[in-house]
Amino acid sequence: MCGIVGLYLKSGALEPELGRLTALMLHEMSSRGPDSAGFAVYGTANGVAKVSALSRTGETNWKHLEHELEHVLGSDVKVETLSDHAIFKTRGDGQTARNWLIENAPDVSVLAVGSSIELCKGIGDPDAVAKRLGLEGRTGTHAIAHTRMATESAVTTEGSHPFSTGADTCLVHNGSLSNHNRLRENLKKHGETFQTENDSEVAAAYLAWRTREGDTIDQAIEGALRDFDGFYTFAIGTREGFAVVRDPIACKPAVIAETDDWVAMSSEFRAIARLPGVKNAEIWEPAPGQIYSWSRAA
Amino acid sequence: MTTTLANTELDLAKLDRRQVNRALQEAAKGDFTVTNPGGTHALACGLMHPVSVTIKGHCGYYAAGMNKEASVTIEGNAGTGVAENMMSGVVRVTGDASQSAGATGHGGLLVIEGNTSARCGISMKGIDIVVGGNIGHMCAFMAQAGCLVVCGDAGADLGDSIYEARIYVRGRVASLGADCIEKEMRDEHRAELADLLEQAGMDADPSAFKRYGSARELYNFNIDNLDAY
Repeated sequence: MCGIVGLYLKSGALEPELGRLTALMLHEMSSRGPDSAGFAVYGTANGVAKVSALSRTGETNWKHLEHELEHVLGSDVKVETLSDHAIFKTRGDGQTARNWLIENAPDVSVLAVGSSIELCKGIGDPDAVAKRLGLEGRTGTHAIAHTRMATESAVTTEGSHPFSTGADTCLVHNGSLSNHNRLRENLKKHGETFQTENDSEVAAAYLAWRTREGDTIDQAIEGALRDFDGFYTFAIGTREGFAVVRDPIACKPAVIAETDDWVAMSSEFRAIARLPGVKNAEIWEPAPGQIYSWSRAA
Repeated sequence: MTTTLANTELDLAKLDRRQVNRALQEAAKGDFTVTNPGGTHALACGLMHPVSVTIKGHCGYYAAGMNKEASVTIEGNAGTGVAENMMSGVVRVTGDASQSAGATGHGGLLVIEGNTSARCGISMKGIDIVVGGNIGHMCAFMAQAGCLVVCGDAGADLGDSIYEARIYVRGRVASLGADCIEKEMRDEHRAELADLLEQAGMDADPSAFKRYGSARELYNFNIDNLDAY
């Protein structure tokens, strides 16, 4: 069992509240996933690439890596650290920075890269993880988050969700995939790199591969519905919005609520119950195998 | 056992779920209103006396489970497994219900005014379920006894491996499950359906429904299959 939540703001008025509301939702899903937690927050892009990274040892010399990356990218790099996390910001190429870190910094796990995504995760009580990594104070346009009860791989920070392998895309998963080993081997042939043995990372990599090949996020999810064997509810974050899909026999729960100001999804309604204006929300259970998506893009 | 006065409000913003459930379970009779449910799980479960409970808002999983004699109305949506294993009494949901509504129910009446999703009435054993809207896939799976009435449409694999429960659907059926077939609507079925619709307060014409049930080829012993044993 795991808990997932997503919150997409339709208007700017609630943007300063995004972190606080996401933390409220995450708290309600703690009992579904007490092992570990994580969140991805999307802010407005301003032409800077952001690389979210995690120290596996807690002893990473971030300043040293900042310096090395400046050399590799031929561009200024600024690193900001928070607990065992760091975010590199640069006008250079984020993807190059990601690949270099994976190759050359064995004590670093790269969590996400993109122009608007910041991604954090940790093991332990979800409320404590959210507090340590400053979820409540974060602002932005949309967020997805996860509480984990591990079934397919060990309880580790790297095995926590969300997973991201493509620029500004990430995914949280409730369920398990049966064919992730074969999918992983196929995706490696298509050039995807993996940092864990986790089945959900495979799902994220699959979407990254399909979108890199030119699929829209909806087309990529349609492919996933064909190619994934297992049970799942996914919430998927993109630069412009988020999407929700359940497996064709709806093994895992999901509920969506929408008002004029926001769209929220969660494993259970209680995570949505405390959002402002929920009394006037349209609330429904997403149908199996159907893609629901919201986007700022035209 | 304590007898509680009528119209008692139990506010989940002030009381925890166990306090609320205990108050409802210990009452021999009376009317209760539960406020601020906020999607809480297992509300109003295991009631064994003829109390009347109104829950003002959306409930989480297993609301009004194992109900006996009580009348529970949820003014909102219900999560997974509403009225599961119900024995008697009435449970009404004014909104939608999630999956496995009325699962394994032995008796009583479950009314869902909106839609419900997958596996409604799975393994039902005598409960009657009336749904105002649509139902999802795999409903009435291995349903043994009781009636499932659907005023809207039914999803895929309706009544798969059904025993002797009866299904009445007014709308479209996406597909029937193994050993489930359409059956003749006789006078006794129209009378049974009219009675259930009236009890549920649904304004629907019984003659617009079709009946589905077991072909009795899957669960019965068949002498031609003797070699298989």
